[in-house]
Amino acid sequence: MRRTIGDRLGDAVIAAILLALVIVSAYPFLYVLLASFSDGNQLLAHSGLLLRSYGFHLDAYETVFRNSAIWKGYLNTITVVAGSLLLNMLVTSMTAYVLSRRRVYWNKAFIFLIVFTMFFNGGLVPFYLVVKGIGLIDSLAALIVPFAVNTFNLIIMRTAFASVPESLEESATIDGANHFTVFWRIILPLSLPVLAVITLYYAVEKWNAWFYASLFLRDRELFPLQLILREILISNSTDSMLGGASVDQAVLVSESLKYATIIVATVPILCLYPFVQKYFVKGVMVGALKG
Amino acid sequence: MGKRAERTDWGLFLRKDWSRNKLLYAMMLPALAYYLVFQYGPMYGAVIAFKDYSPAEGILGSPWAGLSHFKDFFEGFYFERVFTNTVLISVYTLLFEFPAPIVLALLINEVRSRAFRGFVQSVTYMPYFVSLIVICGIVKDFTNSGGIIQQVVASLGGADTALLQNPDYFRPVYVASEIWQRIGWESIIYIAALSSIDTEQYEAARIDGAGRWRQMRSVTLPGLLPTIMIMFILRMGNLLNVGFEKIILLYNSSIYETADVISSYVYRKGLIEFDWSFSAAVGLFNSVINLALLVLANYLSRRVNQNSLW
Repeated sequence: MRRTIGDRLGDAVIAAILLALVIVSAYPFLYVLLASFSDGNQLLAHSGLLLRSYGFHLDAYETVFRNSAIWKGYLNTITVVAGSLLLNMLVTSMTAYVLSRRRVYWNKAFIFLIVFTMFFNGGLVPFYLVVKGIGLIDSLAALIVPFAVNTFNLIIMRTAFASVPESLEESATIDGANHFTVFWRIILPLSLPVLAVITLYYAVEKWNAWFYASLFLRDRELFPLQLILREILISNSTDSMLGGASVDQAVLVSESLKYATIIVATVPILCLYPFVQKYFVKGVMVGALKG
Repeated sequence: MGKRAERTDWGLFLRKDWSRNKLLYAMMLPALAYYLVFQYGPMYGAVIAFKDYSPAEGILGSPWAGLSHFKDFFEGFYFERVFTNTVLISVYTLLFEFPAPIVLALLINEVRSRAFRGFVQSVTYMPYFVSLIVICGIVKDFTNSGGIIQQVVASLGGADTALLQNPDYFRPVYVASEIWQRIGWESIIYIAALSSIDTEQYEAARIDGAGRWRQMRSVTLPGLLPTIMIMFILRMGNLLNVGFEKIILLYNSSIYETADVISSYVYRKGLIEFDWSFSAAVGLFNSVINLALLVLANYLSRRVNQNSLW
């Protein structure tokens, strides 16, 4: 097909706009990375865009890694992510299996009960009171149990399970397999892509979660990484990390310390990112069809 | 069988269903418990909006207060402020953030190189995966006095002030950060819709002499419209549902007048100031309005062009 000059010009304009968008999307992260290696003094004096790091220092990272709050935060976050994944995946997949079966009389009622919660909820205070009433306040379980199922993820999984050909189950049922066996030996192994997607959805959600931790946890020993990050980034207090350093020293390190902390807390998710990105996209597609 | 089957014996039917499916119902138990306790429990707990709740007396024991909390809210000083802020932030987001991923999808759709498409998509999704704490930390840092955005403003002759200390700038900063965070991720669904448009339609348009612009208007956009409508209904249903997480990370008391929305007010009243019943009343008001808006938007959309959620 012939391409006119107008077409080529159009292509160039589009490519330019998209490149600009790429820069805007990525630059803040590049800035954070460069700043985390920079010398605090020069960073404060510098104005304008940062296109290279000023000096190459690992002091900030040393401070971050020497800090026990960060390590504890990491440990708490990993505990919550691991516990959540176990509970979320088990309950979500089991429920999705039940809801994907035909000829189950109460399923219609279950689905209504579940979908209704996407559009209406009791509100923040009553939710807090329920969690408090059960006695979960100030325990990591408060970040796991009250979030056992995400309705959106449940619906994605149900759609995927329902598309497994029935003939595959029939032969198993004839051989005397019960529902749990069909679920465990047939449906789950055939649905690995969707299980991967949902695992990743839950993992990212849990890794980044902070609000309910700030609500349900008083004990600093239990704070997940994101709450420690909030202290440093939002309340701008690095005091707890710098304890002992002289004031001058503290100012210099704290500037790059902020950025080093961001990197340390974000890198695990961004390392996964290239591998999981395409699965996320698939998840959105499945969800979009029957959302 | 004949006659008896027609006169369906309800009890027998249920018992048969039970004996056939009891293992399934057992597998359903954990989720049922979760939904009843953590989703319907709070709905029941929302009755404290009509009571003077005190933790000592519990939900049942606390005295009834009728609609007094709702009245206090509607007649109070903050009602107009949080309501207006919520609507304005929603409308600005709808005007500027909603179309952004559609435009991005249309642009990406015009790119022929698969590698370049993939590259643009990968990079623009990224902000969506980074935690809100980090996003807001970056936003605060960049908009601070002496931050990058301020340096650009200053170099253009503007004043170098901390944007988030000035009530005039909260909404632009909020909407811009929403676009930055969501444009890539939200474009996925439109890109998927675009890829399902029949290529023969483009061929036909080309044979009719339609240029690129014309093709976009008469083939691409109509093909995208159902998806846009569904996304739009969802947005309309959330018109009064501005999430509080980003707001409470970005705002401070000097900009409450433009930044405080219903949900952040609920949060502050209930969980910082422990005004339980009042906060529950405001939250319930918000939930009911949201539900009503969603039902309305869905109804209108079904009437207008047969797109609906249910």
